[in-house]
Amino acid sequence: MTSIFRTYLARLLPQLIALSAIIIAISMTFPGFLNLEIQNGRLYGSLIDILNRGAPVVLLAIGMTVVIATKGIDLSVGAVMAICGAVAASFITSGHSLFETILITLAVGILCGVWNGILVAVLDIQPIIATLVLMVAGRGIAQLVTEGAILTFNDPGLIFIGSGSFAGLPMPVVVWLVFGVLVALLVRQSALGMLIEAIGVNRQASTLSGVLTPVLLIAAYMLSGLCAAIGGIIAAADIRGADANNAGLWLELDAILAVVVGGTSLLGGRFSIAASVLGAIIIQAINTGILLSGFPPEFNLIIKAAIIVFILVLQSPRFRTSFAFLAFPRRAAKTTEQEAK
Amino acid sequence: MKQKYLPLTATILIFVLSYALCAAQYPNILSTRVIGNLLTDNAFLGIAAVGMTFVILSGGIDLSVGSVIAFTGVFLAVVLEHTSMHPIMAFALVLGITTLFGALMGMIIHYLEMPAFIVTLAGMFLARGMAFVLSIDSIPIKHPFYATLKGFYYKLPGGGRITLIGGLMLLVFAAGILIAHRTRFGTNVYALGGGTATAKLMGVPVASTTVKIYALSGLLAGLSGIVFSLYTSAGYSLAAVGVELDAITAVVIGGTLLTGGSGFVAGTLVGIFIQGLIQTYITFDGSLSSWWTKILIGALLFAFILLQKGIIHLSRDARQRA
Repeated sequence: MTSIFRTYLARLLPQLIALSAIIIAISMTFPGFLNLEIQNGRLYGSLIDILNRGAPVVLLAIGMTVVIATKGIDLSVGAVMAICGAVAASFITSGHSLFETILITLAVGILCGVWNGILVAVLDIQPIIATLVLMVAGRGIAQLVTEGAILTFNDPGLIFIGSGSFAGLPMPVVVWLVFGVLVALLVRQSALGMLIEAIGVNRQASTLSGVLTPVLLIAAYMLSGLCAAIGGIIAAADIRGADANNAGLWLELDAILAVVVGGTSLLGGRFSIAASVLGAIIIQAINTGILLSGFPPEFNLIIKAAIIVFILVLQSPRFRTSFAFLAFPRRAAKTTEQEAK
Repeated sequence: MKQKYLPLTATILIFVLSYALCAAQYPNILSTRVIGNLLTDNAFLGIAAVGMTFVILSGGIDLSVGSVIAFTGVFLAVVLEHTSMHPIMAFALVLGITTLFGALMGMIIHYLEMPAFIVTLAGMFLARGMAFVLSIDSIPIKHPFYATLKGFYYKLPGGGRITLIGGLMLLVFAAGILIAHRTRFGTNVYALGGGTATAKLMGVPVASTTVKIYALSGLLAGLSGIVFSLYTSAGYSLAAVGVELDAITAVVIGGTLLTGGSGFVAGTLVGIFIQGLIQTYITFDGSLSSWWTKILIGALLFAFILLQKGIIHLSRDARQRA
């Protein structure tokens, strides 16, 4: 048990160090940052706010991790969020019950995933282009659903998902925590995770060794669509309306960034959902930190870009081989051994 | 007919057919005014799309284009407002900056062996961030030279005008076609798109070609930014969001294979025209909502990807039979 725990910790260590460094840096410039207080049975504070604001990106990152692990990418998640928000708002305002609305919205998200999955798995189209179709058309479809207006709603049940609280935590945080744990358990307690990694490393080889590649690929994109649907519901519930133009705008890029910061390679293979969730929280912490510490928000994007480049350079294969001598001697010996083979 | 001309022919056919359909409903769409506006309104997109065509032909992608356009606009506005520099000097300076920026991305992509997608994504954030740092306001450009440049146009019979920027786009396309098919660099780009390993074995200088491709894309994005600032007479850091996607769409609709190695710069021009035509039709109609543009373009994108898949499939079958 302890050894499993230790491997997990070793995997998440870089992200944990980065996150704590950022939090320490912010709390030094902004003293009240670490304060937590309980009001009306709910926790309040900047740290909780980071978890809450980051909810859509965390959710998207969960699905994106699995898709990227298959050597794919899903550019459509932002547009799918907009579609699902629009569907949720239009169903709840036309008098359907909360249960029906959520069920249908999630179904629409999954359907979008099936579409992407079929393009990638059956028609064998490159994932970037296959999902680009829905990214371009999706916002148009969302506007079609809302008829160009921002659909507002007052259903207390739906609003609760965006701004209510459960067990002291804001509802969005509860949603992504539960969903993330469920997905992580699903892929790690079964062979699914390993099979997904196998597809990412070599799709042809895994098909030849009997993995049902098309089914798994479609399932990965379905999961991504489902995540986008939940994110879309939360984003719509948060502002009590569906904004087809701005809901989830550019969040696909944030989600991909979260996965990359989490250390999952864009070339597929090994993945960690927990690390991607941490990656999404790191990004949100940077955003919040820049706002709080009085830096002009104009620097937000530049700092973000600098961090991506830094992480990418550390991850790049060329950098690793050229600077292997800096690594621990034991590991360096191993790499030379592998090269010798 | 050669198979490689099939996607291009399909694009041109679709354009001619849809233009004929539009003209049957609204005969005025044939007037030179509409054609002149089609060129002027899509000039910045077209110039950026030429650069994108080269990037995609080489099997890469450049997501930074829209941000670079915005950066160029803001840079020009700030420089012209705060210094007495002549616009031509400012143009040269900004083109230098964007070309270097593109070259830098190309170097990172090649030497650090990182996917173009994520490198240019970082470039997109960086360029947009630099634009924000320069100014977050929309700054009008009132330099008299801009008015002079806007005064240049070629009058077509029927009242239409080919403006300076519309003409510039056609020139850039002509230059792009020449570079792609008549220079060694162009051939190297096609070779690179066919496969990096094979290109290297054939003696293609992979490193310098990759850097040049992204530098070219940066240069054209900068030129597109200049055109955009002439078109809007302002610099705004939130402008031109998502232009890279429109450019990629135009390239794909134009029949260029997204896996690289096959396609034509001329096809991209037709792709731009098709997108422009959809918008013009929706304006003419008046009752259709603007979101149909996105849905139609998405559907066209899908149709072209399917067409390309079909062609690849057929050619593979033919090869197996042979």
